[in-house]
Amino acid sequence: MGSRSENEMGGIAKKISESLQELIVGISTKGEVITVQVKPESLIEAAKRLKDMGFDHVKSVTATDFPEQKELEVTYHISSLGDLELAKVIVALKTRVSSDDPRIPSLVEIWPSSKYPEREEHEMLGVIFEGHPELERLLLPEDYEGPPPLRKEFKVRTEGIQG
Amino acid sequence: MSEERTIELLIGPQHPSSGHMRLYAEVDGDIVVRLKPNIGYVHRTVEKLAETKKYIQIIPLVERPSLADAANHNLGYVLALEKLLGVEAPPRAQYLRTILAEMNRIHSHFYGLGIHGIMLGSSTVFMWGFADREIMIEMAQRLTGARLTYSYIIPGGVRRDLPLGFEEEMEKALRYIERRLEDYGKIFLRNPVTRARLEGVGVLKKEDAIRLGIVGPNLRASGVPYDVRKVQPYCAYPEIEFDVAVREEGDSMARVLVRVEEIRQSMRIIRQALKKIPDGPILAENYLKMIPPKWKEFMEKKGRVKFPAIMVNLRPPKGEAFSRVEAARGELVYYIISDGGTTPYRFRMVTPSFRNVVLFEHLIRECRVADIPAIYGSLDYFPPEADR
Repeated sequence: MGSRSENEMGGIAKKISESLQELIVGISTKGEVITVQVKPESLIEAAKRLKDMGFDHVKSVTATDFPEQKELEVTYHISSLGDLELAKVIVALKTRVSSDDPRIPSLVEIWPSSKYPEREEHEMLGVIFEGHPELERLLLPEDYEGPPPLRKEFKVRTEGIQG
Repeated sequence: MSEERTIELLIGPQHPSSGHMRLYAEVDGDIVVRLKPNIGYVHRTVEKLAETKKYIQIIPLVERPSLADAANHNLGYVLALEKLLGVEAPPRAQYLRTILAEMNRIHSHFYGLGIHGIMLGSSTVFMWGFADREIMIEMAQRLTGARLTYSYIIPGGVRRDLPLGFEEEMEKALRYIERRLEDYGKIFLRNPVTRARLEGVGVLKKEDAIRLGIVGPNLRASGVPYDVRKVQPYCAYPEIEFDVAVREEGDSMARVLVRVEEIRQSMRIIRQALKKIPDGPILAENYLKMIPPKWKEFMEKKGRVKFPAIMVNLRPPKGEAFSRVEAARGELVYYIISDGGTTPYRFRMVTPSFRNVVLFEHLIRECRVADIPAIYGSLDYFPPEADR
């Protein structure tokens, strides 16, 4: 990557800082990804302001279990399809919640593209996206019982051929 | 007449047409009022399994969800892994990756065209599509040694160099495909029956496509020129000239025509890449120097990579990486979190078909029951890819 694109990244990161201001807990840039940390209660406001900047869709929603901290980290990777300059940047909007009661507001109202990925992270990690229109099972079998399978407490049984 | 006007029609999960999913359609006579996709029948827990596998073992794992497009799935994963490892493949390997990725795009588009054909009742196009995808399968076998799941792209490079006479064989193959595309035009694309079934059916508006985060040919057929190969070029794409196929109509016909144009552009890319491909190693220097001299000799003579022992236990430093590539069906995204161990701490894979699944409920509405397969086929949706 040339220095020009680094400058551009810096410019967009600066714009995000200015727009989100008090909501930001942490912000960093690495390659094409700008990572923005916010608290769960400011998630909606941060999403609204990012959407006003032109970030029009969600590429993925990822929840990650950190059992030692008893926290789940939820990451929205967002970018733009309509503005091809902005599309060069990906914003990772992150928030952390307690894994015992992982409730965060759903962003479907702001980004309809987060509907299916939020549903997936709900069933795989037990995140409750409040206000989601259809928070139902998606990929797992209807009769599945047990902890959300992508939590670390769920162990995959292997047949041990690797010794 | 009773109060209940609508009935629920269940389509699937036993292969409603191309794969395993169920569609719940609420119909009023012949009109679909509402449709909901019910997916997950071919979910194979790729993300959880990846947490139990070593980094190199994940390559065959990510190829499985989309057999027709294995190279792009392989490539996206390796690009993310290389970001974590801080490794970059040498230029010759970048070109070889590009060539295989475009061969897969042609393969996948023929596959999609064939499936769409049979959904519309054109068994000719089904037979043709499945026969003509064989060309790229055969060429991929010459390059990689395998027909479908090549595991060709490895961290820092590719497994094999170009075989002898590949350029001439490829030129023959591309000329054949060019001729065939003319035939497809005559018998399918300009066929009045096809046009009647597809034109103006399942129209996706530009602003909806953006709002719903649609990817790939489905997005570009609605007038959005987003293509990762242009927006954030990777591998050899910065050095290669090609056009992004875009149409404004947004209907089922436009989606098919965008794919056909993409086949032409992929051929253009392959021809250029084979001309421009630089000489040099196919594995990154920091791995090459770990290979014993005797094996290195073998590698140079045979044009095949011997894996350095370090590949078994790759340990990327703590951190995270995000990658995106333009797979045949659209943008494919990987997000890996590493805790410094030999397996990923969290592995996220979002496939183009999963991004597009929302189109079922959005597009198949207020249309006739007969339009369900016409629209479904035009989306080139592949259940195993969506379910992962």
